[in-house]
Amino acid sequence: MPTDVERWKSEVYGNEIREHLLEFAEQGWDTIPEDERDAWFERFKWWGLYHQRNGQESYFMMRIGTPNGVLTPGQTEVVAEVADEYARGPAENPIFGNGYVDWTTRQSIQLHWIKLEDIPEIFDKLESVGLSTQQACGDSWRNIVGCPVAGKDKHEHVDALPVAMELNETFKGNDDHSNLPRKWKVSVTGCREGCGQGDINDLALEPATKEIDGEETKGFNIRIGGGLSRNEPRLARDIDVFVTPEQAPEVSGAISALFRENGDRDNRYNARIKFLMDEWGAEKFRNVLQEEYVDFELETAGDDLRSEYSYNSGYADGGHSDHVGIHEQADGNYYVGLDVLVGRMGVDDTKELARVADEYGSGEIRITQRQNVIITDVPEEKLDALQDEDLLDHYSPDPHPFMRGSIACTGTEFCSLSIVETKNRQVRYARWLKENVELPAGVEDFHIHLSGCTASCAQPQIADISLRGMKTRKDGEPVEALDIGLGGGLGENPNFAEWVTQRVPVDEVPGAIKNLLANFEERREGDETFREFVARTDEEDLAELVEPEETSYEDPMMHNTKRTWYPYADDDSLDASPAPTHGDGTPIASDD
Amino acid sequence: MSVSLRVLDDGAWVSVNDAREVSVSELWRLDDPSFCGCELPDFVVENVLDVGADGRTVSAKVYGQCIACGQTGVPGWVPVGRLREGEFVDIDRERVVLPVRRADDDE
Ligand code: HEM
Ligand code: SF4
Ligand SMILES: [Zn+2]
Repeated sequence: MPTDVERWKSEVYGNEIREHLLEFAEQGWDTIPEDERDAWFERFKWWGLYHQRNGQESYFMMRIGTPNGVLTPGQTEVVAEVADEYARGPAENPIFGNGYVDWTTRQSIQLHWIKLEDIPEIFDKLESVGLSTQQACGDSWRNIVGCPVAGKDKHEHVDALPVAMELNETFKGNDDHSNLPRKWKVSVTGCREGCGQGDINDLALEPATKEIDGEETKGFNIRIGGGLSRNEPRLARDIDVFVTPEQAPEVSGAISALFRENGDRDNRYNARIKFLMDEWGAEKFRNVLQEEYVDFELETAGDDLRSEYSYNSGYADGGHSDHVGIHEQADGNYYVGLDVLVGRMGVDDTKELARVADEYGSGEIRITQRQNVIITDVPEEKLDALQDEDLLDHYSPDPHPFMRGSIACTGTEFCSLSIVETKNRQVRYARWLKENVELPAGVEDFHIHLSGCTASCAQPQIADISLRGMKTRKDGEPVEALDIGLGGGLGENPNFAEWVTQRVPVDEVPGAIKNLLANFEERREGDETFREFVARTDEEDLAELVEPEETSYEDPMMHNTKRTWYPYADDDSLDASPAPTHGDGTPIASDD
Repeated sequence: MSVSLRVLDDGAWVSVNDAREVSVSELWRLDDPSFCGCELPDFVVENVLDVGADGRTVSAKVYGQCIACGQTGVPGWVPVGRLREGEFVDIDRERVVLPVRRADDDE
């Protein structure tokens, strides 16, 4: 039997949602009939709007898709203005204030506390500079990710940016591909460092070279079926296909069509293409693709560059592990990668970012999959003055490893699936670790990723230390807790973290990391990295090295933060929620 | 009176008559030693898989784990509330011991 979601999608989906959305915006949130709300909220996702969690009714998270993480000159300023004007909620976040921008792990942008009534104005503003929320969420082609310095990188194999942009043009708003069985995440990379993270996407185009008619041809190998969610992480599998940049849109469309026709629409837990890949295997997948979906003979895979991959790899092989820092571009200018702790930036800082990018670079900003931003096209002679800007004191190109390595998802602040508080907690952790823990000599990259549940939006399984939301009891009382996983990473031989220690009360996690690092230092051989150390150590021994412990770190959010309307409100109880509210923020009386 | 029962938000909620009533991240005490061997598994709900009504009892199938021993899985149907004249009446799920109807008790 098709699911409710499939039924709702079969009634109205895709581009046509927009006119309904604008009409509801015109009439007000409370005119959406109560028994149709869930159906409409499901559909609104397709236009980038995600209804926030219980206690925050009538407020939306809004995702803006920025293909390959590129914000062209002028766009960042508009994002900041929109956030300033429309992304302010009824309560303040104690670390980030009110009005902020989230740079996400899929090179997109998220704003919170958006009112439906403001959508027409917001769309006008975004669209006036070519930004869009179309297909940012929902069951279709999501924001396409890739190497954020594509076209600028000195060492790249092919410039994949035109390919990513062409895929975006072709498959955004394309009625044939707008209603897929589930989300469709695509990565297109041409660099040598693997920063498109193709391994954890549904469809990955990765740099390769193939001899065709005696000629060395540059293009992409294709992998299918990666993803991290639901305790079922998968690495994308090699289907032994090479495409040229010219063939990429056609073959990508064929694969998307194969998914459309064969994905499981009866069970949303089984719908992602990774499960179809489990069922079919790579060989059958290739055969079906060739026989039923592509008109020409597919090439077999070419030589890839995977042995050079360094991004998020946990190996110190000389390549980049992220894009933080100052790096020369192919054209002799520089790009400057700034560390944004947990990816969240206040509106004033975002405005500053736009100004600084304009003044020193071309005005372009690029977003990375490590929740950071990059100012591109800075001439060498302007680098010193750029580094003197106050903005770079807070968003450093040379941050402490604990700051640099932190990623966190949305969590109980706004997300219905969450089990624990995430972003603010990760900020507290990073600050405490920086003050209290010495990293072993020479360790410059150390990644800690915190996700509030198994959906894994913060990509926890590919960090040195993986943290995942859980519950436990402490002194008999339920408290927020984290599972601790170790040793995950991408690179030539990607693997996911082992969850070695489970349900550690959140106030004992910093102590656990401290002890673990001390144990690592004691047992470290030569200058091996943490991931290498974990790889050669038994899982049972690892569990003993974690040693959770209370320290001077205190956690103000031990209680059930999900049982609040907003964890940081003075009165956080669900009964105290102002939501739902009218467009102007005044509560909608329940007898309205 | 017809009652609409649904799993929403990718398994985050049980919805009854278009209202979100039962959420992931709750901690339940289950009267089900067969789940993991603990006498009263201390069970954290991670994902709602299914919801149904049996007479006046609304029950859910959920994925989660016992936080005492770490066993993960899907227990049988767990009662999460009652219907009174078509309206959902909550039970204090985090404070009472919840009986579990095993799949093989069906029919
Ligand atoms: C209210 C619910 C949710 C919120 C607020 C949320 C938030 C996010 C954010 C901020 C990102 C990175 C941004 C981006 O996609 O551009 C993300 C990515 C991701 N989301 Fe979610 N998400 C939600 C629901 C889900 C669900 C239901 C799943 C899975 C069933 C999921 C799985 C993922 C995964 C696996 C990633 C990142 C890893 C990847 O690239 O595959 N999320 N989500
Ligand atoms: S990982 Fe879970 S808690 Fe975090 S944003 Fe994704 S769905 Fe929400
Ligand atoms: Zn147990």
